[in-house]
Amino acid sequence: MRRSRFLCISLFVFVASFSSSLWAQGGGAVDERFRVLEERIRALEAEVQSLKAAVPTEGAAAAPAPAVPTPAAQAPAPEALQLPTPSLPVYGGAASLSKALNPDIGVIGNFLGATGRNQVNPFPSLSLSESEVSLQAIVDPYARADFFLAIGEEGIEVEEGYITFPALPGNFLLKGGRMRANFGKSNAFHNHSLPWIDRPLVAFNLMGGSLEEADMGIKDAGLSLSRILPAPVFLEATAELYRGDSGSLFQASRRSDVSSVFHLRGYHDLSESTNLEIGGSYARGHNDVGSDFLTHLAGLDATLRWKPLRRAIYHSFVARSEFVWSRREEEDGTQRAFGFFASAEYQFARRWFGGARFDWSERARDPNAHDNATSVVLTYWPSEFSQIRGQLRRTKYAEGNTANEFLFQFLFTLGAHGAHPF
Amino acid sequence: MKTRHRWLKRWAVAILAVLLGTGLAGPEAAAKTLNIITTTEDLASLAREVGGEHVKVESIARGYQDPHFVEAKPSFLLKLQKADILVLVGLQLEIGWLPPLITQSRNPRIQVGAPGYLDASQAAVILDKPTGPVTRAMGDVHPSGNPHYWLDPENGRRIAQAIQQKLAQLDPEDAAYFGQRFQDFDRRLTEAGKRWEQAMAPLQGTEVITYHNSWPNFAQRFGLQVVGYVEPKPGIPPSPRHTLEVIRQIKQDKVPLILVEPYFDEKTPKAIADQSGAKVVVLLPSVGGLPEVKSYFDLFDYDIRLLKTALNK
Repeated sequence: MRRSRFLCISLFVFVASFSSSLWAQGGGAVDERFRVLEERIRALEAEVQSLKAAVPTEGAAAAPAPAVPTPAAQAPAPEALQLPTPSLPVYGGAASLSKALNPDIGVIGNFLGATGRNQVNPFPSLSLSESEVSLQAIVDPYARADFFLAIGEEGIEVEEGYITFPALPGNFLLKGGRMRANFGKSNAFHNHSLPWIDRPLVAFNLMGGSLEEADMGIKDAGLSLSRILPAPVFLEATAELYRGDSGSLFQASRRSDVSSVFHLRGYHDLSESTNLEIGGSYARGHNDVGSDFLTHLAGLDATLRWKPLRRAIYHSFVARSEFVWSRREEEDGTQRAFGFFASAEYQFARRWFGGARFDWSERARDPNAHDNATSVVLTYWPSEFSQIRGQLRRTKYAEGNTANEFLFQFLFTLGAHGAHPF
Repeated sequence: MKTRHRWLKRWAVAILAVLLGTGLAGPEAAAKTLNIITTTEDLASLAREVGGEHVKVESIARGYQDPHFVEAKPSFLLKLQKADILVLVGLQLEIGWLPPLITQSRNPRIQVGAPGYLDASQAAVILDKPTGPVTRAMGDVHPSGNPHYWLDPENGRRIAQAIQQKLAQLDPEDAAYFGQRFQDFDRRLTEAGKRWEQAMAPLQGTEVITYHNSWPNFAQRFGLQVVGYVEPKPGIPPSPRHTLEVIRQIKQDKVPLILVEPYFDEKTPKAIADQSGAKVVVLLPSVGGLPEVKSYFDLFDYDIRLLKTALNK
């Protein structure tokens, strides 16, 4: 109400100043000036209406009035400046102002199916696997927080839940909580943001995959500190310290059995449309043999992307590869194993993506055994908020079995799901 | 035990090395020249108009790029890290790519709510604000209103003033300079506005089909009537059934123009035009859509000239 009154007074002052201006100038430009005046009045009326709509109750906090310049105010004195106050976005009209301080909430359904035969590591025929609930918001002027809860058929777990301090001195970024570690590229991807239905064999064989536990990769409670390094290209260094419990990969028997991850990422725009990202990673933690036995992982990753800006929504190409070396200490010696994958995805129409992936990996606990797999993937996006994906996968296991499978997936997003980092 | 302690020590030393190696110097002291990063080239052009030689302005998105779908490339982080001011369109136009860039920029000056964060939509008159329930069944709707508001010169004036006020706040010594620049811009915009409105007067009431709902502010300002869209719903690609419906509508209402943004495929609009007799016009929604469209004034000059030529008026 007070704001409406203010606008009315502003309107009056502005009309008065205009009138005097017109009086002084005579009638030559009167018609034109009146036309401009009417236009300004209409704009002010529209704003008064929109402000009224945005103020549900008397005394409730209202968004700042947009500054509408008038000819009289075209030379504002510095002392008369009314700086716009940053305010939170208003969602869905007056009735939803109460939602303004709630976190953005999203749910991503991940429905999977599989046909064919796999005697070593079979997917269930149909499952609602790891649907993800996200809760994301700014905590205060110093931090934001993100929660991703993975809801499977057997329960709920915190996939990730961390606070981020983006405004630290020295241009550091600090995260604390439970996170997917920055080891390589795909480890940090949530299941729904992978370009395939499954994770590569190298993640299963060298990064803690097991038949008992569907999840794999380095995911633990800890701290992550990163900084962009001064260099001619983009170079980011990340150091992470975790409790040391990450599936069957790392296990902490004592408080001091922490694990650590280091990642160095370089990025360069080769052209407006093409860019290359190369990363190096190292992780170290205590394994399930005991406190005195360590597992070391080293990784290299490379991603080449192409997306023509003028047709960015229709065509794109991504080629990626990751190499992982594992050194696992056991009672009878050290097991050294290696694995990699290489994949490519091409978007050939606005809604269609096709891709392929080749996997080859030894097993961390038995480096003499190695598996390989070849996949072909086709994805259809009905809209930005859903995907239908099919994947033909042929896996040759060290035991001599060959599994030919067709996997399919429906991904669907409800509500707001924050953008993923590049 | 000794091994573990040694390892922890190494960890601490490594972090210390990063700290020392990269320097603990905080953000550079505010220089006379303010670094402004904008999300679009339109905002960049307005910032240049007001900031003059006291600002260095760069845009993240290019003018020929769909601003809804920009990749959050790490190279943008290097620009954002040095920014004193971030000017964004807001209304969720950049929701798919800007938030992680802001967080990862590690720049306290441009975090949401910080003095260097300027959401231009807060200064503009916004159209198409949904009044009822909003669902994704309506397509990729913007629940806070249509984000293409810069396509009304009056909103350009409001945005420029908001930028001027922000500049004066962060560089009070040059407030008079920014005030003077704004006055000059305001005067030139008023003159250009008269010219544009005169030029568009013969086109008042012309019905148009647009590919995406990018033009409500432009249409309202210059008297065009948007009677349909090539997209069946915002963000949803054209379907055969909807395309046939658009063809029928154009034939029935004798709609002369189909306006297409430069980042959309022209195949469907051209097919519609071939069967309906309407003309396809690739109208620029942003500065930089073509190399010769370098400023906010050029944008309206170009678009209006194109419309007049297309309609022979």
